[in-house]
Amino acid sequence: MRPLVARALVLAGLLGALGCGRKPATGLTLAGSTSVQPFAEKWAEAFQAKNPAVEIHVQGGGSTAGVKAAVTGTAQIGMCSRELKPDEAQAVTATVVARDGETMIVHPSMPVNDLTVDQLRKIYSRETTSWKEVGGPDRRITVVTREQGSGARGAFEDMVMNGKQITSAALVQDSQGAVRQMVSTDPAAIGYVSHGVVDSSVKGLRLEGVEPNEETIVSGRYPLVRPFLFLTKGAPSGAAKEFIDWVLGPEGQAIGRKEGLFPPAKQ
Amino acid sequence: MLLAFSSITILALITLFIFREGAPLMARVGLGNFFSTEWRPGEGLFGISLMIVGSTVVTFGALVLGVPFGLACAIVLAEMAPDRARTLLKPVIEILAGIPSVVYGFIGIVVLLPWIRSNLGGPGASALAASLILGIMVLPTIIGISIDALQAVPNSYREASLAMGATRWQTIRRVVLPAARSGLVAAIILGMGRAVGETMAVIMVAGNSVQMPRSPLDPVRTLTANIALEMGYAAGDHQAALFATGIVLFAIIMALNTVANLARGRRVKRATAPAAGAEDLQAARDDAPQGESPPGAPGVTGTQRP
Amino acid sequence: MSTAVRRRVSPRQAQALVSVLLWAMMATTVLVLAFIIVFVLQRGLPHVTWEFLSQPPRASGREGGVWPIIVGTLAVTLFAVAIATPLGLGTAIYLTEFTRENRFTRMVRFGADSLAGVPSIIFGLFGFVFFVITLGFGWSILAGGLTLAFMVLPTVIRTSEEAIKAVPAGYREVALTLGATKWQSIVKVVLPSALPGIVTGVILGMGRSISETAAVIFTAGSSLSQVVPTSLFDGTRTLSVHFYQLAREGISAEKAYASAAVLVLSILVINVSAYTLMNRFIRRYR
Repeated sequence: MRPLVARALVLAGLLGALGCGRKPATGLTLAGSTSVQPFAEKWAEAFQAKNPAVEIHVQGGGSTAGVKAAVTGTAQIGMCSRELKPDEAQAVTATVVARDGETMIVHPSMPVNDLTVDQLRKIYSRETTSWKEVGGPDRRITVVTREQGSGARGAFEDMVMNGKQITSAALVQDSQGAVRQMVSTDPAAIGYVSHGVVDSSVKGLRLEGVEPNEETIVSGRYPLVRPFLFLTKGAPSGAAKEFIDWVLGPEGQAIGRKEGLFPPAKQ
Repeated sequence: MLLAFSSITILALITLFIFREGAPLMARVGLGNFFSTEWRPGEGLFGISLMIVGSTVVTFGALVLGVPFGLACAIVLAEMAPDRARTLLKPVIEILAGIPSVVYGFIGIVVLLPWIRSNLGGPGASALAASLILGIMVLPTIIGISIDALQAVPNSYREASLAMGATRWQTIRRVVLPAARSGLVAAIILGMGRAVGETMAVIMVAGNSVQMPRSPLDPVRTLTANIALEMGYAAGDHQAALFATGIVLFAIIMALNTVANLARGRRVKRATAPAAGAEDLQAARDDAPQGESPPGAPGVTGTQRP
Repeated sequence: MSTAVRRRVSPRQAQALVSVLLWAMMATTVLVLAFIIVFVLQRGLPHVTWEFLSQPPRASGREGGVWPIIVGTLAVTLFAVAIATPLGLGTAIYLTEFTRENRFTRMVRFGADSLAGVPSIIFGLFGFVFFVITLGFGWSILAGGLTLAFMVLPTVIRTSEEAIKAVPAGYREVALTLGATKWQSIVKVVLPSALPGIVTGVILGMGRSISETAAVIFTAGSSLSQVVPTSLFDGTRTLSVHFYQLAREGISAEKAYASAAVLVLSILVINVSAYTLMNRFIRRYR
């Protein structure tokens, strides 16, 4: 009777799990933008240290996945790193928790330090193919971009591409770290990442002569500023509201600053 | 009993689910659109041919690299090396089958991409890189199944050949290999199936550009990578298109497996059946799928790649 | 006896040449494969400390250890095996004990073989849309375990079947002549004898689950928690997913390699135990 017993046990286990293993009432799942994810993880870590009863899970998936997760209820909070499209804005409520300056990065050895938005568009649409055309050596530009559902890409397309397509010859990487990694090892590569992700392995570029830093991003002088959004179905409530409020509060914002994010625009 | 139905039920469930989600899309947008070269989900263009090309190129490359070395290894271990070498190395090779593909992919990024970039040109992330990594990943499968295929050839064949004065190599080339042919073909096909189904390592090193590769140094996107990159957020028609891609993948793998089964069927009938069930158990144990990529149909010996 | 008189190279020379070539190719292969293992272990083992294994992760994994991740990995794997084993064993028993080879059994076997061939990403796609979203399990050990169970099922069916078939018919006949019912003979005689083989299949299935990444990311999720998962509905990150995140995001190369080293060692342990079990089993029936 062993298989029968085994089967029965499994069924019982499943039922038991279903019965008493329900998500704790104070469980919170965030899902979406991989740009927001590392910051959300740090926020979650700090929040849970103060409120051990709340269990927070932070998933990736990409900004558009975050929207979808919020809509379907798979996550209580969706994370998004670009402005919402009109139909999305109708389905979810967005709270801006931070602002981020999207920074163009190149290999440290690349002599180019400055680009205009126009040049950037031409590079990404492959009208410009060589670094020579923008003041660098005569090398074919390796264009690196994020995947289609990514908020970083969405924001980039909105603010730079102006309707033009990013070339299909671009290398597609599925996370910021991967973009940074690719750029840090390829002397002819260019890519875009969050300001907080730039480290010594790559060089950040000025855009239109403006250096991405606190002053220029907060004031809006730097052209590539995008919001980090927490999305909820309807107005935030319960554990989600607590968490969002905390993130918007002094502790949350301090952590954001430390990691390279900037506070939302004052209303 | 009910349980016996389970594997069929599950397979049916998955198959039906995928078809139900994907087939209507193929009908809706038309096969012309679906097999075109424009993949722009935002505009309702779901052409996957460039991804099919990507998968084909990468798999072909993996076989070009993996088959010669895999067969060489199998021949050496099964026919030419002392038994102890085989008992020592075969488990090691199987362990390699168990290593997650993301580890292979990462090693590819760290070691292979810079090398390709500096020595061969191009961005590094390329069809070549994917083929190399996949070639290494299918080695355990090919080697394992081939060794078993070679070992299944009755010793009497070899003895007869040697008795007639042939050298070892002549025996291998003209007697053993042809006798084991269907098993070797099965090994290659199962290796192919594994390569086609691999996802993570390919995403990491192939570049994922949706374009026609004009040289092995160009980046490509495979069917599997396409599904993985877009699955998280795809909705509506876009998601259905990914399921449709799954259907295509499914069909390819099924076709490969059926061919492999047919090839094996011939081999099993031809060679004399091994004596004790214990050998079959060894075979099935070797066979047991390990890891991510499709292990291919079990039943014939061989180790599978994660 | 060389039959071709016009041959330029004698068979012995041809053999020598080919020998060298083949051995060289094999050496290359072995070197490449060894390089991979050495690469991972060399960079990772130094960082696999007791602290690493027992501490929770901090700072997105840059510091601390992987304890909750290990627990999560085990949870998903064990759950998958808990589902796959009864199903697979039942199927195997039915196929070997209750039916002859006929269309139905061929169909079931075809089903299992095909299931074995499905790419893991398709399992991931299916699991994501069906378990995570449609059934509403969310990213959870439940969703991940069920998906992995389906992936592992063919392995269990196959090895269980072969293990049961390997039990000599004599055993069953003796049981029956002693008055046992068919069911009793199965449970009390055949299964215990086939147990090592069955367990081997289960162990191999575990090995496959542990190194699975694509299907797991989309079903069990990629969330990193400081605490050990407590319910089946908790999302978790498995060790291979953790490695992927650490490596891809460039969070910590050391911790990444350490995770990889733990994975490689686990595979080692699993393979070795499967092998020794197998050998014991074979020797029993030689």
